[in-house]
Amino acid sequence: MSHRLPNGGRLIARGTPRNFTFNGKSMSGFAGDTLAAALLANDQILLGRSFKYHRPRGVVASGAEEPNALMELGTGDRFEPNQRATTTELFDGLTAASQNHWPSLDFDVLAVNNLVPQFLTAGFYYKTFLRPRAFWKHVYEPIIRRSAGLGRAPATNARDTDRYEQIYGFCDVLVIGGGIAGLQAALSAAQAGAKVVLWEQTAHWGGRAPVDGVEIDGKPADDWIKSTLQTLESLPNVQIRTRCMGAGVHDHGYVLGYERITDHAPRTDAPRHRLWRMRAGKIITATGAIERPLSFAGNDVPGVMLASAMRDYIVNYAVSPGKVIVVVTNNDDAYRSAITAHEAGIKVAAVIDARSEANGALPGQARALGIRVLTGQGVRKVKGGKRVTGVELCPIDSDGKTQSEALDCDAIAMSGGWSPVVHLWSHCGGKLTWDETGHFFRPDPARPPLGADGAGFVLTCGSAHGDLGAVLAGAHAAGQSAAGLTATDAPATDSLPDEAPLEPVWIMPRAADYDLRMKMWLDFQNDVKVSDVQLAAREGYQSVEHTKRYTTLGMATDQGKLSNINGLAVLSDALGQPIPATGTTTFRPPYTPISIGAIAGEARGSTFQPLRKSPIHDWHDANGADWEPVGQWRRPYTYLRAGEKRHDAVNREVKNARENVALLDASTLGKILVSGPDAGRFLDMLYTNMMSTLKPGKCRYGLMCNENGFLMDDGVVARIDAQSFLVHTTSGGADRIHAWMEDWLQCEWWDWKVHTVNLTEQFAQIAVVGPKARQLLERLGGMDLSRDTLPFMEWAEGRLGGFDARVFRISFSGELSFEIAVPASQGRAFWERLMAEGADMGIMPYGTEALHILRAEKGFIMIGDETDGTVIPQDLNLNWAISKKKDDFLGKRGMEREAMIDPKRWKLVGLETLDGSVLPHAALAVVPGLNANKQARTEGRVTSTYYSATLGRGIAMGLVERGTDRMGEEISFAGQGETRIKARIVDPVFYDKEGAKQNV
Amino acid sequence: MSEISVSALPAAQSEGFVRVTEAGLRGMITLRGDLASAAIAKAVQEITGAALPPMRRIVQAGENAVVWMSPDELLILCPHDQAPGMEAALRAALAGEFATVANVSDARAVFSLSGTAWRDALAKLCPVDFSTLGTGDIRRTRAAQVAAAILVTGPEEVDLICFRSVAQYMFDILSAAASAGSEPALYV
Repeated sequence: MSHRLPNGGRLIARGTPRNFTFNGKSMSGFAGDTLAAALLANDQILLGRSFKYHRPRGVVASGAEEPNALMELGTGDRFEPNQRATTTELFDGLTAASQNHWPSLDFDVLAVNNLVPQFLTAGFYYKTFLRPRAFWKHVYEPIIRRSAGLGRAPATNARDTDRYEQIYGFCDVLVIGGGIAGLQAALSAAQAGAKVVLWEQTAHWGGRAPVDGVEIDGKPADDWIKSTLQTLESLPNVQIRTRCMGAGVHDHGYVLGYERITDHAPRTDAPRHRLWRMRAGKIITATGAIERPLSFAGNDVPGVMLASAMRDYIVNYAVSPGKVIVVVTNNDDAYRSAITAHEAGIKVAAVIDARSEANGALPGQARALGIRVLTGQGVRKVKGGKRVTGVELCPIDSDGKTQSEALDCDAIAMSGGWSPVVHLWSHCGGKLTWDETGHFFRPDPARPPLGADGAGFVLTCGSAHGDLGAVLAGAHAAGQSAAGLTATDAPATDSLPDEAPLEPVWIMPRAADYDLRMKMWLDFQNDVKVSDVQLAAREGYQSVEHTKRYTTLGMATDQGKLSNINGLAVLSDALGQPIPATGTTTFRPPYTPISIGAIAGEARGSTFQPLRKSPIHDWHDANGADWEPVGQWRRPYTYLRAGEKRHDAVNREVKNARENVALLDASTLGKILVSGPDAGRFLDMLYTNMMSTLKPGKCRYGLMCNENGFLMDDGVVARIDAQSFLVHTTSGGADRIHAWMEDWLQCEWWDWKVHTVNLTEQFAQIAVVGPKARQLLERLGGMDLSRDTLPFMEWAEGRLGGFDARVFRISFSGELSFEIAVPASQGRAFWERLMAEGADMGIMPYGTEALHILRAEKGFIMIGDETDGTVIPQDLNLNWAISKKKDDFLGKRGMEREAMIDPKRWKLVGLETLDGSVLPHAALAVVPGLNANKQARTEGRVTSTYYSATLGRGIAMGLVERGTDRMGEEISFAGQGETRIKARIVDPVFYDKEGAKQNV
Repeated sequence: MSEISVSALPAAQSEGFVRVTEAGLRGMITLRGDLASAAIAKAVQEITGAALPPMRRIVQAGENAVVWMSPDELLILCPHDQAPGMEAALRAALAGEFATVANVSDARAVFSLSGTAWRDALAKLCPVDFSTLGTGDIRRTRAAQVAAAILVTGPEEVDLICFRSVAQYMFDILSAAASAGSEPALYV
């Protein structure tokens, strides 16, 4: 059984207990424990069930590479699935639960899958569930979803209560990884004068060196780590940060870092995670190496773990994974675990070494301690179900049918050698080379990721570089090189006992039969076995990327950190080619999963996106505004009175505007000043009609098209003076049209003398609409707004009731209308003044829906309703607004293309239902027969449809094939299901056709 | 006009490791033109009292300041009630020039940040290396999802200018970025 040792534990504080629960059971550990260490200390070996077969699983690793010990952490709003127990620091009150079991961890019904594993081989889903098709959705998928999977999603009503943030950093040299190589590289770069940032993903500096017994300048590594840290902390050009993982390396030295600020000590005042967005001149990855498992039957039984992880638990946390252990290896390094265990008082039954001889310094030391060493042997199979009870051995080159010896043990340490963590090197295109001695892929310094200058911008050092022995010299050189210096001799020397070379063992025993291979796990998290990869190869999969997807090898949340090389090796063997010929799958960011919260940063809740508010927004909000989004603005759809329904409110507002006086907050309209000697010429190019002839003081409606001739914006242009125009755009179009103008001025017509200034927000703009509009404004006094002084389509500037006003005689409603712009700071006061002055006249504000109905009654088009990016002005019968005098304007040639002059184009018409009902929004006009895609044929569609309170029935506009030639015809629109709604084609101007009302 | 003119978020303030205060109405005039032109330099000097600033710099002159915005754009700061007069004076002085003058005072909101760690707060929102910014510098950038201009007015003071419509958004993200307990210890 696993247990806490009476002494030791370099990272734990025995005086500081920490209480937590696992599956509802109270347990305790110490400050400094990881959750995995604390669970082992409580003899909790069984930590979860596997993905497909629901096999019992325990912890395999001690760090970020852990595939099995995934937990659901927290509850309610703080619930989070798939968290690695090995990287979860223990705190008081932590609640953890195991995953993917039903009904309980100890008794899992679906472990029946495990009894018939031949049914769940590679490609099983593809092969089995093809027929009948309807079964997939209703039978197969629900069952598979229940049986396969990892953690649950948070409850639908759960809302993450923690805060997250992002931050931008800049440095000359970013060192990722705080082991001794990373520390040395950071120090060397800093001493060369570079601005250095150093990140370490765990809470501790020094990496594996203290556990592995590295000596530096003849002293324990801990001494050197401590003094180096002190030096780094004292340097003003260095920033060091623990619990910060280098998540991804991107182009131009852009690196994402994932800082876990409060995961180890939850509190509410600090953000939980911080996402670093770092720009680094050079990046040094000192990300270490990950030990590889060995592929023997039963290598996933709880109690089997990586040899390095076992000594981590013993040395760092004083936790022994068992009472009697067996070490299985193909290298010298694993002997460290045997020696460490022995020295901690744990019985080591034997070291099983696959090599024919083991005569290095470490095996020698082990033998000297009395540890039994068996060479040329391998594990035939592991005994035990929910925990290891023993191990059967066989000769390494045999087929495993015959057992040579059996040993009792309750924990097994395995080591298949090491693989450098090359992920960050590879993210942005760094290439790898196969190391024939260490049998791993290592970064090829000759082919680094290249920056904009063609030079490499990532360097590696330490075991991440493939240096599994001494690392400080290489790290020093990397630090100096990154800082732009020529490397000098390292200031410190690290030393380790010499190690004999490992002997690759990809399958144990080498000639294992199918029964054994079917129990050898490659990918623990996705339940992929040696037999699955071999099957894929037999079925013709040659590309490693295809095999990965077919078998799901390396596709789980750990992205194959443990399984990658073993899987490649098995595939290469099956394909009869060397491993480098097979190559690796693509390494993609992030290195380990990062929280969605960190990715969202501040963009959540009320700051999910900017919400733009007009200067009168708060008044609307306090007076019944029923909001609707218009771009990033919020505009009142209507103003609801107590007990009033939306529809009734809208009708009330429409009638009031037609009969009385009404206010619209039009502040969101785009207002762009276009000024300069060439301003008229510029606007003549932008608009389809002539703007340069407009006289100061006058207004003109205009259309803007893109190069293809499609209508993109419309609005009223007011000429301010000889050189200046004020261009009004749609509310949603202001920024886009301003950018469009600048694009043409900066890229195409850069020698034209034109300036643009976006004045949208400088003004609050209020439309005063209705027969009594002039009467109301005359009460304010200060400007002569009579018909003769300020006729329709003119504007004037002055002081209106004490406000600085520009008054435009324009109308989007068909009524007598003044649009009055005042400085934004005066907008709220001006609005309230109008409301007060007009109180006895029955003044009301109206919202965007009434605005739409008022304009639709007049047959005025709306960009985005009557247009959708495929509509040209001619489709909308706006030929009158297309100049024939101009040589050119944007869209002119586009409009002349064949498809644009086709007489069968859909044209804008008015539509009246025969029964007076309101046509459904966007309804299609259908005709008998099917088109080439076997869909109903259509001859038109509704673009705007409303109930007209003025007329007491539904009105609509639509685009209909040859519509303008078909006045009076009846056509059919599709309603719900098979219903058809008859409508008559009419003039789109439903109200005041002669325009008398707006011109009074 | 002071009795009817209000800024976007009058008196809004938050206290964190940096204090964020809505600074009230400021006079602001955009001047676009050839910054190498002697006529512009002369007009600006005479009307504001300030010389033209070099790239990304602010030149202060009493209550006025002239801020470099782009190779062909300046922002002139002055008391809010003086902006219309200054706008008119500049326009008159530059009548024959290819130059555009516009009063943009009300299109903007201004927030003042005070505290030694202002860089640490802004680093969470703006992709800027703030170690390169000192007193008298201006930087146009974005803060999270909206445009912003940062004017460094003193060792522990900056003004941040944004569009008026997003004042609440800006105040909220600034306050969150500066909230006590979230100090990133990046620049301080």
